[in-house]
Amino acid sequence: MIDHLLPLLVAVPLLGSALPLFVAARSRTLARWLTLTVLVGQTALAVVLARVVFATASVSYDVGAIPAPFGIGLFADRVTAALALVVAGGALAALLTDHRHRSGPEYALWLLLVAGLSGVVVTADVFNLYVFLEISGLAAYAMVASARGVDPALAALHYLLVGTVGATLYLLGVGYAFVATGTLAMADLSVALAAAGYDSTLVVTAFVLVAVGLSVKMALFPLHAWKPEAYAAATPAVATVLAALGSTVAGYAFLRIVYDVFTVAFFEAVPAVRTLLLVAATTSVVAGGVLALRARDVRRLLAYSSVSQYGLFGVGLALATPLSVTGALVALVGHAVAKGGLFVAVGSVARTHGVRTVEEYAGLADRAPLTAAVVAVLGVSLIGLPPTVGFAGKWYLALGGIEAGSWAVATVVLASTMLSLAYVGRIVERCYLGRADATPPAGVRADGGLPAPATAPVVVLVGAAALVVALGLGSSALAAWFEPVVEGWL
Amino acid sequence: MTELPLGLGTWYAHVVYVLLVAVGLFVLINDENFVKKVIGLNILQTGVFLFFVTSAYRVDGRAPLVTTAGPFVNPLPHVLILTAIVVGVAVTAVALTLVVRIYGEYGTLREDVVQTIRDDEASAVAADREGTS
Repeated sequence: MIDHLLPLLVAVPLLGSALPLFVAARSRTLARWLTLTVLVGQTALAVVLARVVFATASVSYDVGAIPAPFGIGLFADRVTAALALVVAGGALAALLTDHRHRSGPEYALWLLLVAGLSGVVVTADVFNLYVFLEISGLAAYAMVASARGVDPALAALHYLLVGTVGATLYLLGVGYAFVATGTLAMADLSVALAAAGYDSTLVVTAFVLVAVGLSVKMALFPLHAWKPEAYAAATPAVATVLAALGSTVAGYAFLRIVYDVFTVAFFEAVPAVRTLLLVAATTSVVAGGVLALRARDVRRLLAYSSVSQYGLFGVGLALATPLSVTGALVALVGHAVAKGGLFVAVGSVARTHGVRTVEEYAGLADRAPLTAAVVAVLGVSLIGLPPTVGFAGKWYLALGGIEAGSWAVATVVLASTMLSLAYVGRIVERCYLGRADATPPAGVRADGGLPAPATAPVVVLVGAAALVVALGLGSSALAAWFEPVVEGWL
Repeated sequence: MTELPLGLGTWYAHVVYVLLVAVGLFVLINDENFVKKVIGLNILQTGVFLFFVTSAYRVDGRAPLVTTAGPFVNPLPHVLILTAIVVGVAVTAVALTLVVRIYGEYGTLREDVVQTIRDDEASAVAADREGTS
């Protein structure tokens, strides 16, 4: 079974997604438990994969025993294993926080999303990456729309239109790379693109289209407009899973394509592309931060904060020094945990206290001390203060910027800390120093008939807070885990 | 292949691809009607499909069957696009489902009208809150 680990990572959630469809008609509880079981199995597979790549550095698999370049391969190294674990664990934790029993199709979508995201993570073929991107995308659109009311439908339609344009631009980029080289397998492409000449129009066009396409999925400024709308309209659990995993996997795909397909030699041959990427990413850092400062709804604030954080990821990627790429990877994983946890907290606060805007968070520390404390810890990770994982990511990024002699970048990283301090500070300040209104906000009955906080979200919240601190304290171990792969790239 | 009198040789397919992508994007962004936006998305995708399929073309190419003699067209882009078409159908289906739901709620397919209704609702709620407090 160990031999077939990689296809199982896709096949288990894909086949598993059929189970809740059949079972839910009889028992929604059983459908929920089946879905959770599949996700536990997926997490176990990801852990086994991590053990395997720890021992052997990398694994590849020829689907149907047809070798590349004719077959479509799967590939995993340490970065893959880390992301596969984030996807499986994140989806499991997010589903645990969901208090409602959902319909069969909703559970099926949950598993389809995991199948698509895992597929993006393990694939070694650029066209298959497109297909998996669309599987996860379609699941995400439908999941956003599954919330009640018309807002989610409108948000999901906008998300779909923008997301599909992004995926189609990616496909067009793949088309140009294919015309230039005649292959789609990542390993072959990296050789064939070099042979085609990095400065050839076809190759540069391919890169730009792929970069723009994946930037839509990562929601870099100014391609971010779908994100706040979708996160604010979706149910808390769906917003959690999308915020933690959706753009994270798109970021991973971009990293994989930049360093495994185009390779760092492409950046050296065409420095203009790299400069452009750096400019786009730094713009995203600043614009996302400013938009987050102005947001009223906490979910929108967090979505804009993601725009800023993926900008930082892009900065690390474009700098292309070992430290900056390590920083980008640490930041990617750290952001997934922190942002997922924050959305769990926001969902839990919305359910138990009926508040959604930054203003309404006033005095939350008195009413929900534990949730407020977790929000503060996860917020500290977003800002990038020790001892959290957010600090580790920014530390490596800033060092990478200085190492590359790019003072502008180091300044932007530090400035982003000030910006995130300002917008996270707004929430934390309200929680701890704001005075609660005498009148309960709309949607909450005056007799104090608030639903009791459920146990599962509390466990996940504390787990997320513990994880950002643990990853922060063990950040050198995390960086060491990525080191062999990053060294291979650069 | 017969040459079109455009002085483009066999490049005219690329011109058509660029036109389709441009028309698709324009309709998607410019038109207020949700159904037309979905159609724009489909035209955009069709343009990309044409680009792929054109890349498989070669002069006097035949379908790649073992029983015939070459030269063959490249079958790989056709297979890819067959997959991409299926993906496109799924996307269109989900998009139209959402459009039906929006139409059911607002009774219109126009985005600007939906926006006006939403703005009116928002200001009505705000006025209501002013009145009670």
